[in-house]
Amino acid sequence: MIATAPGTQLTWNIASDIAELFRYDFMRNAFIAGTVVAVVAGVVGYFVVLRSLAFAGHALSHIGFAGAAGGVAVVAAFFGGGAAALAVGSIVGLLVFTVGAGVVMGVLGNRIRGRDVVIGIVLAWTLGLGVLFLNLYNGYATEAYAILFGEILGISSVAVVVTLVAGVVTLAAVVALYRPLLFASLDDEVAAARGVPVRFLSIAFMVVLAIAVSEAVQVVGVLLIFSLLVTPPAIAERLTVRPPLVIALSVGLAVAFTWLGLAVAYYAPYPVSFFITSIAFATYLVVRGVGAVRERSRLADVARGEGTRVEAA
Amino acid sequence: MTTSVAPPAAAGARDGALNQPVIELADVTAQVQRRVVWSGATFNVRPGSFTAVVGPNGAGKTTLLKLLLGLTQPAAGTVRVLGESPRRGHRQIGYVPQRRALDPDTPVRGCDLVALGIDGHRWGFRLPRARHVHDAALAAAIDAVEAEPFADRPIGRLSGGEQQRLLLAQALAGGPRILLLDEPLASLDVRNQVAIAHLVDRVVRERGVATLMVTHDVNPILGVIDQVVYIAQGRVVAGTPSEVVTTATLSAVYGAQVEVLRDSHGHVFVVGLDQEAAHPHEQ
Repeated sequence: MIATAPGTQLTWNIASDIAELFRYDFMRNAFIAGTVVAVVAGVVGYFVVLRSLAFAGHALSHIGFAGAAGGVAVVAAFFGGGAAALAVGSIVGLLVFTVGAGVVMGVLGNRIRGRDVVIGIVLAWTLGLGVLFLNLYNGYATEAYAILFGEILGISSVAVVVTLVAGVVTLAAVVALYRPLLFASLDDEVAAARGVPVRFLSIAFMVVLAIAVSEAVQVVGVLLIFSLLVTPPAIAERLTVRPPLVIALSVGLAVAFTWLGLAVAYYAPYPVSFFITSIAFATYLVVRGVGAVRERSRLADVARGEGTRVEAA
Repeated sequence: MTTSVAPPAAAGARDGALNQPVIELADVTAQVQRRVVWSGATFNVRPGSFTAVVGPNGAGKTTLLKLLLGLTQPAAGTVRVLGESPRRGHRQIGYVPQRRALDPDTPVRGCDLVALGIDGHRWGFRLPRARHVHDAALAAAIDAVEAEPFADRPIGRLSGGEQQRLLLAQALAGGPRILLLDEPLASLDVRNQVAIAHLVDRVVRERGVATLMVTHDVNPILGVIDQVVYIAQGRVVAGTPSEVVTTATLSAVYGAQVEVLRDSHGHVFVVGLDQEAAHPHEQ
């Protein structure tokens, strides 16, 4: 399903072009779900980058693939193959598998830091498991495509509601955990000595991350999850260092990537995921490039400043 | 925060005894994963005094701090901190663990780190109405370590000495009565070692904060400390520097003949040990 509405073309009237974007239900659903997912990913991603959990997030999304495929297979086997039922099965499967894996990772905590090989082996196996589950369900190719690469344009109204609820819950959790989570992420030893429940936070955050990953999978898919979860905060932390500002900027970027991706994909016959990931990557390159140039000119200024001081002395 | 009602006698004793030790160890045995690290530790720390915890690497210096923080339990003996058994999250204890290299891209300013020392243990966001009090406490903590010039810069881009100052400010921000510092002088150049040592000394004297500083080289702080706790070969001795850092005492601690030499600046050197223990200043 590469859903470009037939006969839609860009005009020179920007207002009508934008109005056109919201003409169909599937686009309105996509914008609502996409926005919720982007906000959650932008917030949660800040702590993913701060806690060096990028690979864990990646692993969770792969484990989620097995969960989603399993959910689809179970629904198809026991409740028939209605599209809405399959979508719900996919989301529930995703959530169950990612949250379960998140709790395990959180309990292991520091013991899995640097254990990339073990995580890699486990996630490869879960991908294999996912393939088996998809095989048990006959609509193999479409569902696999949707889970791996995202199918935001095909999101059902039920899935939008589920996304919205899960999004509100995750955001509320991050707000409640904010200060001690920041403390534990920056310096778990001092935080533990100050009485911050470091272990509980580690588990709680992995659950939050698991839910955020499950949501983001619906928009960009298992394989492209970094573009919403890691790229926006990685760009934001290059632009500012005040924690609340970094988070706000990260959210703004994630939302902008999603909206732009959706808008461009509406008028161009290519997948939304491609545009979202490409816009994110291009922005990252630009910010890094500008940062490098500024750093060089700052160093040059410093060098010149030192020179003057020597002359004056 | 303890809310239990203390019996009148105990409350009176606490108020009256300003010179009551803030830390008391009586014949304490420490263990890490069921292995005894050291035993027979008996010493007190008076309020507002400066104690150096010295010894070779792996002797169990950090274990002593973990014991005081309630992060590990003693195998035997009694430990009292501020009149009670050690417990996690004691608001009256400031702690600076051994410094690891921070990622230069860590997206946090120095002052954000210090602020966590004030209210980082509280849930949720800082409420706007708490901001006024918070800002004053933050400014005072940063001022105490002379960190204003760089407190707004990203923490990862600061020098080791600057980071150490901010971590010290973070530990002080909660208004502690006890300060536990783990190797704050390691990986600093000599000039910064002296600066940090004097800074800590000033905090000890001006604020009356009892300070334990773990160090593998006692020389930078020899002139300012009140007490030395020497840990080696599973034994712990404590006393004034002139009592402890002597040929006789350290020979007894190591269970081997060692010699304490002094140079013309008053720096001490322990010689006569095998390689590992003989050069505790080198890493």
